[in-house]
Amino acid sequence: MNHLVIAPIVLPALVAPFIIMVLRYHMDLQRIFSVASTLLILAITIALGVQAADGTVQVYELGDWPAPFGIVLVLDRLSAMMIVLTSVLALAVVLYAIGTGWDERGANFHALFQFQIMGIIGAFLTGDAFNLFVFFEVLLIASYGLMIHAGGAKRFQAGVQYVVYNLLGSTLFLFALGTLYAVTGTLNMADLAVRVAEMPAEETALLRVGAVMLLLVFAIKAAVLPLHFWLPASYSNAPLPVAALFAIMTKVGAYAILRVYTLIFGPDVEVTAGLAGDWLLPAAMITLAVGAIGVLGSREIGRMVAFAAITSMGTLLIAIALFTPASAGAALYYIVHSTLATALMFLIADQVMERQGGRIAARPVMQQSGLLSVLFFVAAIAMAGMPPLSGFVGKLLVMDAARDHDLVWWIWAVILIGSLVTIIGLARAGTLIFWKSHGLQDTADQAVVVDDSEDLLDGTSQAHAAQAAPSALPLVVCFGLIGAIVLLTVFAGPLTRYADATADQLFTPTAYIETVLGGGQK
Amino acid sequence: MSLFLIAALPFLGAVFPALLIRAGRNASASAAGLTTLLAFVGLMLHAPAVLRGDVIQAQFDWLPGLGLNANFFLDGLGFLFASLILGIGLLIILYARFYLSREDPMGNFYTYLLLFQGAMVGIVTSDNILLLLIFWELTSLSSFLLIGFWKHLPEGRQGARMALTVTGAGGLAMIGGMLILGNIAGSYDLTVILSSKEAIQASPLYLPALILILIGAFTKSAQFPFHFWLPHAMAAPTPVSAYLHSATMVKAGLFLLARLWPVLAGTPEWFYIVATTGLITMVLGAIIALFKDDLKALLAFSTVSHLGLITMLLGFGTKFAAVAAVFHIINHATFKAALFMSAGIVDHEAHTRDIKRLGGLRHLMPITFAIATVAALSMAGIPPFNGFLSKEMMLEETVHTAWGGSAYLVPGLALIGALFSAAYSFRYIVHVFLGPKRSDYPAKPHDPGVGMWLAPAFLVGLVILIGLFSAKIVGPLVATAAGAVIGGEKLPYYSLKLWHGFTPALYMSIVAVAGGAVLLMLHKPLARMWDNAPRPEAKVIFEALIAALTRLARTITDGLHNGAMPRYAAIMIAFTVALSFYAYQSGTLAAPTRTLQDVGLIPILGWASLLIATGFMVAMHRNRLLALVLIGVVGLVVSMGFNYLSAPDLALTQISVEVVTIILMLLALNFMPKETPIESSAGARLRDISIASVAGLGVGGLIYALMTRDFIGETISGFHLENSYKGGGGTNVVNVILVDFRGFDTFGEIIVLGIAALVIFALTEAVLGTRVRAYLLNRKPDLPQAGDSHPMMMVVATRVMMPLALMVAAYIFFRGHNLPGGGFIAGLIAAIAIIMQYMASGFAWATERQRYPYHAIIGSGVLIAAATGLGSWFSGTPFLTSAFGYIHWAPLEEFEWATAALFDLGVFLAVVGAVLLALESLSRFAWQPGANTDHAMDINPARDDVAKTENEG
Repeated sequence: MNHLVIAPIVLPALVAPFIIMVLRYHMDLQRIFSVASTLLILAITIALGVQAADGTVQVYELGDWPAPFGIVLVLDRLSAMMIVLTSVLALAVVLYAIGTGWDERGANFHALFQFQIMGIIGAFLTGDAFNLFVFFEVLLIASYGLMIHAGGAKRFQAGVQYVVYNLLGSTLFLFALGTLYAVTGTLNMADLAVRVAEMPAEETALLRVGAVMLLLVFAIKAAVLPLHFWLPASYSNAPLPVAALFAIMTKVGAYAILRVYTLIFGPDVEVTAGLAGDWLLPAAMITLAVGAIGVLGSREIGRMVAFAAITSMGTLLIAIALFTPASAGAALYYIVHSTLATALMFLIADQVMERQGGRIAARPVMQQSGLLSVLFFVAAIAMAGMPPLSGFVGKLLVMDAARDHDLVWWIWAVILIGSLVTIIGLARAGTLIFWKSHGLQDTADQAVVVDDSEDLLDGTSQAHAAQAAPSALPLVVCFGLIGAIVLLTVFAGPLTRYADATADQLFTPTAYIETVLGGGQK
Repeated sequence: MSLFLIAALPFLGAVFPALLIRAGRNASASAAGLTTLLAFVGLMLHAPAVLRGDVIQAQFDWLPGLGLNANFFLDGLGFLFASLILGIGLLIILYARFYLSREDPMGNFYTYLLLFQGAMVGIVTSDNILLLLIFWELTSLSSFLLIGFWKHLPEGRQGARMALTVTGAGGLAMIGGMLILGNIAGSYDLTVILSSKEAIQASPLYLPALILILIGAFTKSAQFPFHFWLPHAMAAPTPVSAYLHSATMVKAGLFLLARLWPVLAGTPEWFYIVATTGLITMVLGAIIALFKDDLKALLAFSTVSHLGLITMLLGFGTKFAAVAAVFHIINHATFKAALFMSAGIVDHEAHTRDIKRLGGLRHLMPITFAIATVAALSMAGIPPFNGFLSKEMMLEETVHTAWGGSAYLVPGLALIGALFSAAYSFRYIVHVFLGPKRSDYPAKPHDPGVGMWLAPAFLVGLVILIGLFSAKIVGPLVATAAGAVIGGEKLPYYSLKLWHGFTPALYMSIVAVAGGAVLLMLHKPLARMWDNAPRPEAKVIFEALIAALTRLARTITDGLHNGAMPRYAAIMIAFTVALSFYAYQSGTLAAPTRTLQDVGLIPILGWASLLIATGFMVAMHRNRLLALVLIGVVGLVVSMGFNYLSAPDLALTQISVEVVTIILMLLALNFMPKETPIESSAGARLRDISIASVAGLGVGGLIYALMTRDFIGETISGFHLENSYKGGGGTNVVNVILVDFRGFDTFGEIIVLGIAALVIFALTEAVLGTRVRAYLLNRKPDLPQAGDSHPMMMVVATRVMMPLALMVAAYIFFRGHNLPGGGFIAGLIAAIAIIMQYMASGFAWATERQRYPYHAIIGSGVLIAAATGLGSWFSGTPFLTSAFGYIHWAPLEEFEWATAALFDLGVFLAVVGAVLLALESLSRFAWQPGANTDHAMDINPARDDVAKTENEG
């Protein structure tokens, strides 16, 4: 058994408690351990990615109990890809948080961060539905901690909504799992696939309820309309580097939909026919539309980026909801793009916010305005899916995959018009923030009070960062992410080949099922 | 030079000007110029081959899965455009070096310019329409940067946004069109598409594809009704206007029309859409241009008009018109770029572009006068300049074109266009340069240095030379380019010369020139009429539209996301219920397979108390303390229910969890209002009641349906029962599941618990770091406090109970593997034992005696659990594989050991640490200065000294 498979879960699970126990009062040591751990996770996940690239499925049986009786981790192309993506993003975010000093503004940042990584990677690797629930809990509670990091009235308020909404989702998750177990008697995903395929046709109603509830749980995570309400306030009020990390959290939902609705309730499964794509596709289209409208309608840069993230999820879910190998391949390429671009956008938004308060309005010219405007311009191109960056390639792939669908005209129209509205919104924000500030003449305009909050809970945490000379690390991280996006574009050919191979693996799950239930030996 | 390199050079070179600007403006400009020159030379090396009729190709598979490949090809048409782009680019770079002032960030300017140049070269050499789309949108983006170059000017920002919106929208429409086109042709490669004319024109999707592509082309080339963005793009520095908005970018639309001419043209749809749009644009642009007082606006509308002219020619769909179009593209580029540059010179030297403030400049600026005059005469269509030649060809062709049965419509309108075109060209000369010298110029105008006039002078030289020796100079180029437009078929008869004899076109030309002169004489009264006439102002409409759109978006967004949690939850639950019901009713449900058991007295009592408690809860939930009590009742009944249904582990866990959570919630309640205020309207509450009832009934129904049916197959629990002792070494299956079969879940859950405590701690820290602390310190309790905060009886009792409780915890812990119990429950019991001390003796007293930080206890718990899991790696088994055996130590009986117990110890510690960290954090809110001196009671052995002093006193 290859212990490397579990290493990216165990490593942060060791580092985080170590930080809590030993390094609680040593920020510099926390940073060293946190970065080292993240780097090591990146190395491990890349090694795993290489192992999975040839299409082999690896199974790790926890406690040496065979599936379906114990818990298994499963490494295939999809999970390998997702964990590599997670660790790349994690590295960017942790460096950024250190560079901006965000990690010092509240307690336990690095411990929570490592737990967060552990939860996300666990969710991508597990092959057991209940274990997926456990990892959802880990990542939910850790994300809540990160979300309210550094405090502040608005943040607490948004945090309560975030946690309440997601607890509702967790409850639903339990209902769904209970239903599925009560019908099938198992919770291992491969075993579920086998048993669902054997379901008698006269006893489908309860299984269908379980299947749709499970999909709804993932849809909440993926912020599909009308289940997205938790996202805008919580992402825009979270510390924005944390929001950048959350770019992968919505993808956990998307991943789970893709996994469960190809492996267990695949498009060919009779008993759950008509439950997934039929409503998910229109919902995804509305998600895209509402996100684009939100980009245009936002008054504040963090909120705008949050809506841009929703738009991006809409596009991604359109691709997923088509449930064909081609569309899944497009979705997988788009997942990578969307994660990197959203994170980049949040990091830039954070720097803008630190310097001028985050309103989409002209403020006195900020420090490093030129560099930031270049970053914003590039990130906006990526986010809006304009050429020549990966967003455009991804959009083309999605549109191309929708070619034979009945709703192809609607899909194309929504994607293209959504892009236009996003472009208008982003151009408006960019010109106001970066250009109009150069046009401010009189001193009345210059004297803008950034701190307009009178609330009891808003302490000193907001204001103190802007004064010091900014460190170079945040900009390096942003340019690094741009570099990643450029690589994603340049190597679109090989990457889409990998994505297509992954999609094929998803749509022919026999190897997965046989490997899991055969104890790792095919 | 490879086509890749030619297309890539401007992009590669774009880095240098922005960097080298630190070495001076000349370095920056030279870098831009050299890059362009290099690309131009590279292009010219291909000239002989292209003019021979060869097609140069370069291919690279970028994304073959999608059909998006980096394929380039260079034929006559591409060569023509690429030469214009790079050649005029060179001139513009020279001109801009002297045009831009010291304050302007010249490095950025050249960088943007080169990016734009690269994108343009990319468009005209792409052999793949998806690749073409990429370059297409890139020109929109780089032009956005160039128009907004003067960031501080509102016109620049608005113009940039407008151009981006309009051309960006067109580009998006074109994406749709190109995807359809590629679908029909089966490939996105132009060479393939260009050879599938029949398939494309026969396809039912021809018209949608055509319209979408035309939207792209028309927006880019500022065709009616999308023409309005171009004049506002004139907010850009003049070199940009000369380059992008007259010579190159706006011609990209024309290029596309020409490129796709072989497959799209020749149908009635093509004719009526393209030719009509071109015609309207030509006439409209020419008329508006006459009444513009801003030099650049005049030129902008004249550009619109000329672009319309070329569009119309391409729309005719005849080969002769195609030749004329190609020829006019060359001519227009030369004279219009020169005109823009001359306007820039006037603006630069006289500090105004307002025609009303100009006039009489011919003596002050003779060189500029000469340049502008030649270029303007060419624009007016006066022989022997090149504009005359192509305008003749255009007029000639209109005579042969019938529109909807009318033979006079097209030539008539074309004549009007030509007439106004002559008028505004004359106006450019007469009102700016002729007339008396004025005394009120904003600055003292004089000719600029050679750097500024050299570029337009060179272009004017071309205007004259092409006019005189057209066949020699551009003949081969026109022939190959036109040959490429018409798809390699035989060229029609045409001749590029000044004199064709007395043709209808000549008469029309004469009428146009004469009429133009008359119009100019009548300009004053006409302009008054024009100013008084109501007409739509495109910018106002556009801005209002965008503002309305933004407002609408804001209303929708804020209305939808109003932050009301009850509404969000209601939508989620209603949606869930609806979808679940749909899933249920679209499936089939077989008859129940289990029969109901008889109901005994005890279940009925439990059920009744649950109902009563929840009923009261609904009625009295606004009293929060009471609500907590009722929750406690429910929890207790549920625990008893577990016990009754033979699940002692669950019952134990449930009851200890109940105790701990209720205590924590009581603590929290201490700082909260004791009543829940009524915040929602009666209607909202009614809505919530209905949703909650339906959801509750649905869940109840679902559970009932599930419990009255058997599993479909064998469940996995059979395996657990069989292997619990054999493989897990324990007879308590629940515990073996927790620490062994599914130990990984438990591992995750203790981490969840630990994180929750960390979060509570961090939250407390964050809150206490603000003004809240002062508020708490000054807070008066809102309920009367007990007189004795640490009653003696309670303190004594809890201290006696502490070792007992810990003993119970240890007992529960150790028996766990075989009998009900285990680390989780034991941890809760131990935590309760300590909580009791906090409650009875006070926070300060308890904290003083707490030697191990709770953070560390949580950390050690997780670490021990993880280390236990890792231990199995040493025996080569997977994470968390348990081992067990039996030990016989002399006086003791034989007993079992299991690594699972170590794991359970981790669980125990994590639970204790998490619960107590949460408690401690919440208690810190209540901490008041002086609390430390409030000793709980006098049996405190640590207070010996106090007792002594009291005795002595």
